Amino acid sequence: MKKIYIERILSGLFIPLSLVFFLQSKALADECINCHRELDDELKVPAEAFQMDVHQKFGLNCTTCHGGNAEEGDIDVAKDKSFKGVPLRKDIPEFCGSCHSNSLYMRKFNPNLRFDQLELYWTSQHGQLLKTGDTKAAVCTDCHGIHGILEPSHPKSWVFPWNVPATCGHCHSNKEYMKDYSISVSQTEDYKQSVHAKALLEKKDLSAPVCNDCHGNHGAAPPEVTSIGFVCRQCHPSAGELFSESPHKAAYDELGISECEACHGNHKILPPSDEMLGTGEGAVCIECHDPESEAYKIATTIKDELDDFKSKMLNAENKLERADKQGVEVSDAKFRLQEAHTALIQVRNLTHSFSLDKIEEKIKEGTNIIAEVSEAGDSALREATFRKRGLIIATFFIFLLAIALLFKIKQIEKKIPQ
Amino acid sequence: MRNLTQKIFVYLDSRLMLSKIGEFAQKKKVPEHKHSFWYYFGGICLFLFIIQVITGILLLLYYKPTMDSAYESIQFIMSQVKFGWLIRSVHSWTANILIGAIFIHMFSAFFIKAYRPPRDLTWITGFFLLLIFMAFGFSGYLLPWNELSFFATRVGTDIAGTLPLIGKTLKTFILGGPDVSGATITRFFWLHIAILPFFTLVFLGLHILLVQILGMSKPIGLSEAKVREVPFFPNFILKDALGWMLILTLVGILCVFFPWELGKKADIFATTPLGIKPEWYFTFMFTTLKLVPAHFLFVEGEMLAIFGFLIGGLIWLLVPYLDRKAGMEKKSPGFSLLGLIVLLYIIIMTALTYLYPNL
Repeated sequence: MKKIYIERILSGLFIPLSLVFFLQSKALADECINCHRELDDELKVPAEAFQMDVHQKFGLNCTTCHGGNAEEGDIDVAKDKSFKGVPLRKDIPEFCGSCHSNSLYMRKFNPNLRFDQLELYWTSQHGQLLKTGDTKAAVCTDCHGIHGILEPSHPKSWVFPWNVPATCGHCHSNKEYMKDYSISVSQTEDYKQSVHAKALLEKKDLSAPVCNDCHGNHGAAPPEVTSIGFVCRQCHPSAGELFSESPHKAAYDELGISECEACHGNHKILPPSDEMLGTGEGAVCIECHDPESEAYKIATTIKDELDDFKSKMLNAENKLERADKQGVEVSDAKFRLQEAHTALIQVRNLTHSFSLDKIEEKIKEGTNIIAEVSEAGDSALREATFRKRGLIIATFFIFLLAIALLFKIKQIEKKIPQ
Repeated sequence: MRNLTQKIFVYLDSRLMLSKIGEFAQKKKVPEHKHSFWYYFGGICLFLFIIQVITGILLLLYYKPTMDSAYESIQFIMSQVKFGWLIRSVHSWTANILIGAIFIHMFSAFFIKAYRPPRDLTWITGFFLLLIFMAFGFSGYLLPWNELSFFATRVGTDIAGTLPLIGKTLKTFILGGPDVSGATITRFFWLHIAILPFFTLVFLGLHILLVQILGMSKPIGLSEAKVREVPFFPNFILKDALGWMLILTLVGILCVFFPWELGKKADIFATTPLGIKPEWYFTFMFTTLKLVPAHFLFVEGEMLAIFGFLIGGLIWLLVPYLDRKAGMEKKSPGFSLLGLIVLLYIIIMTALTYLYPNL
């Protein structure tokens, strides 16, 4: 009986032990990694970095890209006929594209992944330069890394939204590197001051645009003057539509002025302010319109009416705040005030139409709401005063009663023997 | 006219023994000495309770105890109903002042050793009244269904849920489910306006009856000859009324200058905001639970603290029977020291909650 038990235990142990030895032998199989780990510096880095590489996660190994036999411990035998070694910089796009452009191959790992990157790359400014033999032009590895390539959705990936400005800036902000191309190197610094960077880097809004959202990624190229408007419309369709209907559209097209950029700039798109409107300091309208023109007058009127609307709104808001601080319930009026805020946003958007009629109509709508809110604020403030007066009157009568009580108490206390 | 009044009095007197009650009130005496001031807190508690009942009934005219409309109904009371803001503010402020007055009344009775027999039952009914009013506070706090009250209720019931064996069942019973929900507000509403008022009537009735039968306790060491006595009616009652007027003025000032806020409507899907704490009278227990180490020997710290409060409460309830010296009209400094330690502990822990909210 005992013997049967021992046999069962041994046979039970055999299967898991065999599995352990098998897995260990498999783990030892990647001799490229084993050897490179023993080497120094730049020969060691690929082996270390590859541990977190997205390709490794999908079961690919060194030989998938570099060829050779990873199971061989002898370096001469391992570098067999299939061994490709390190690709030349000019060959990197085709080297990566050999898999990434192959839809049948890529489908095995991620059916949703695009496979037109290489095709797009050759249309990009980088690709065009590389074609001419300029190996300084960016290739796949400049943006994605080499052996530690992370998925784009990984926050540490070089192409994750909040890392993109630094990735592009690595070359484009380098004066020395860019000296042959006669383009500005201030884009990254300019971008960092923009409203888009504030949304991305401060508010961590991943939907805020970075370099590739306007320039494209694999097909990266500067947008043409005529295309800028379309680029901005991807996120600002309403402003774009209003602009297209405005008289500015035809004039800009005729003069060859880029639409949005003319007033808002390109990389350094500062948070828009109402000061950009009108004819005062910081106004963009006066850059084109002279003081005698009709457009100049309209710009002045728009700014004045907008300022007046904001001032009325602030006044109503102050009344509500004061009433609220005095404890009067004004949440309904505050809710209504939000509608006035919405009207202000709509008015600001309508400035892209440059139509005084449309703007005035919306301002009138908002002004009516503000009048209601202001009346509610006045009423709440009157209520606060009424409460205080009521308290004074009530306290006065309670005080009188208390004094009367006090006299009565003294009177009856005298009757009690000490 | 006079004849008619007399006729009504005779009619009522023959049925309700009004003249006998009058005689009792006129004969009833209240001792007057250097600690008499503390006697008035009993009357103040009663006065505040009456305000609670009146304002509570008025709030019931518009309040809707459902998850979807509780907050809105309070908002309606405060903004649309004539003097609704005042009724709601008075109800909330007096509820808090009432709990404070009960604490003062209890500690003054403790230090005067008013709990000693034969007034042991007065002490016990008073102790239960404190628990009932704390339950009033806990249940009433949730009724406006705002962010603070919602999460404070969640935190409070989570603590109850940590009790061994009965914790989970108790929490589910209190909440009407696994979490604070529409079922909870219905339960808390009925607890607040039906069950607790019933127990209040029973215990308050007994408490007042015992005070009337046994009279006010005199501090130990004051011999009968030395103490001056004043008639309960009208002398004591008039002085009591003076105190009530002061309280009424205070409540009026608080309501006009610091109306009770409604806050933001509770969002059951939101995460618990930072700095959530229960009503001030629970904070000494809340902070203790926060400060207690995770483990004490083999026992969970939080569990140990809860048991500590339960045992402490039991000792506090049974103090008339534990303090035998006081029962024999002898001074018992040990129990005075115990009362002082408990009082200081409550004050320090409450102060810590507000001075160091991120403890």
